Amino acid sequence: MIEMEDVYKKYPNGVVAANGIDVRIKQGEFVYVVGPSGAGKSTFIKMMYREEKPTRGTIMINGVNLAKLKENKVPHLRRNLGVVFQDFKLLPTLTVYENVAFALEVIEEQPKQIKKRVMETLDLVNLKHKVRMLPSELSGGEQQRVSIARSIVNSPKVMIADEPTGNLDPETSWEIMKIFEEINTRGTTIVMATHNKEIVNTIRHRVIAIENGQIIRDEQRGDYGYES
Amino acid sequence: MKARTLRRHMKESLKNLARNGWMTFASVSAVTVTLMLVGVFFVIMMNLNKVATDIEEDVRIRVHIDIAATKQDQAALKKKIEQIPEVESIVFSPKENELKNLIDSLGDEGEAFKLFEQDNPLYDVFVVKTKQPEQLEQVAKKIEKFEFAYKVKFGQEDVDKLFAFIKSSRNVGLVLIVGLLFTAMFLISNTIKITIVARRKEIEIMKLVGATNAFIRWPFFLEGLMLGVLGSVVPIVLISVIYEYSYDYISGKLQGHFIHLLEFNPFMFQVAGILILLGAAIGIWGSMMSVRKFLKI
Repeated sequence: MIEMEDVYKKYPNGVVAANGIDVRIKQGEFVYVVGPSGAGKSTFIKMMYREEKPTRGTIMINGVNLAKLKENKVPHLRRNLGVVFQDFKLLPTLTVYENVAFALEVIEEQPKQIKKRVMETLDLVNLKHKVRMLPSELSGGEQQRVSIARSIVNSPKVMIADEPTGNLDPETSWEIMKIFEEINTRGTTIVMATHNKEIVNTIRHRVIAIENGQIIRDEQRGDYGYES
Repeated sequence: MKARTLRRHMKESLKNLARNGWMTFASVSAVTVTLMLVGVFFVIMMNLNKVATDIEEDVRIRVHIDIAATKQDQAALKKKIEQIPEVESIVFSPKENELKNLIDSLGDEGEAFKLFEQDNPLYDVFVVKTKQPEQLEQVAKKIEKFEFAYKVKFGQEDVDKLFAFIKSSRNVGLVLIVGLLFTAMFLISNTIKITIVARRKEIEIMKLVGATNAFIRWPFFLEGLMLGVLGSVVPIVLISVIYEYSYDYISGKLQGHFIHLLEFNPFMFQVAGILILLGAAIGIWGSMMSVRKFLKI
């Protein structure tokens, strides 16, 4: 459950990226966040995993107020969130397996558990046969699947994706969406910022449109609403 | 922390030291040079201090007793001196003894004074030692006022000069040492900064998946520690070897004097301990300084 109330964010350079955002996202929902570049989508997403702190207002995720969350509690918040980016953010010197296991190693998970969960997750994203390869040996879609595997290997309740298909060709984008759908049907909330009109208009979900730091439209089963 | 995690951190830091071989070498060399200079300076300073203390402790008050004093007068004077609370000991040295010392101290030329053995012109002397060297002057002034104390002498001026010299050279040295330490810290901090820039992405991902700052900091902490301790090895070995030779050489020259250098054992072990600790401190401080900024991703 994600709840934002009167969230206001002003950057030190004076840009207001969030201007009174109120929104409630229920557990298990799939939400697209759309809007022109520079409208405040990224800030909206970043505030959810506490990369940015709101200047004012409250952001509750699973009962925790991120606006008041102490710095040393942030790691624990992140362990319950999966984050996926446009640029994958994989470590080039680690293999597929190691990249996914990394997420569990740094939170000091049991080695036995790590192996089991990594293999299960790689199976889910159909990369079990490429565990030993390096990211550079994979296609863009495959790299994004590794990154998704890493974000969900810890079974988070919420998954946040910032333009996950931004660097991928249309066909690969559909593959990624299929995986997101699969993750969503297992009960994980997904919040995805995107510019992909085709996806939003085809796989229908709730659409939140942001412009000038405000939510100008919030529709269950909405459409993209912009000319590409 | 779990042993498994510590192993991971160790592996991680060793890997990084090896990966940045030349930078590692540069930082270790910086620490080595710094600690070498610090160590040499420290050894010299400590020995100068020891020499000064030896000399200072040897300073006594010499009370020349008036020739007119009878045995009873002498005993009374001795009693009065003993009653001064700062006095530690008092030894009577008859004039025959004084003449013998004089002749001995002059060597061959002292032979000439043998003529005086029949008619000794010297005085009987009380050699007075105070509890603290600083009390010399004060005690001497008290004794001067006593009856039959003909002349009171002590060599405080020479000691004061020596101490002033040691003090000023110590200050200059301290400034130099602090400067050197900062240079080394700066170099280490830069080395680690370079390795961190290469690992920025890794740190960013660690933070995203929920690693604590402490967890991220550990490998850097260990790296700094290793750089510092590695840098202290060469100075410790070199200084020990040099000290052993110098000690033998200088002690030979000083034989028969009341001045002694600090013994190799335990002094060199103390020096080694100090250098290792300093190295570790420089290393850790340098690495922690550079990590701090990057943890705010």
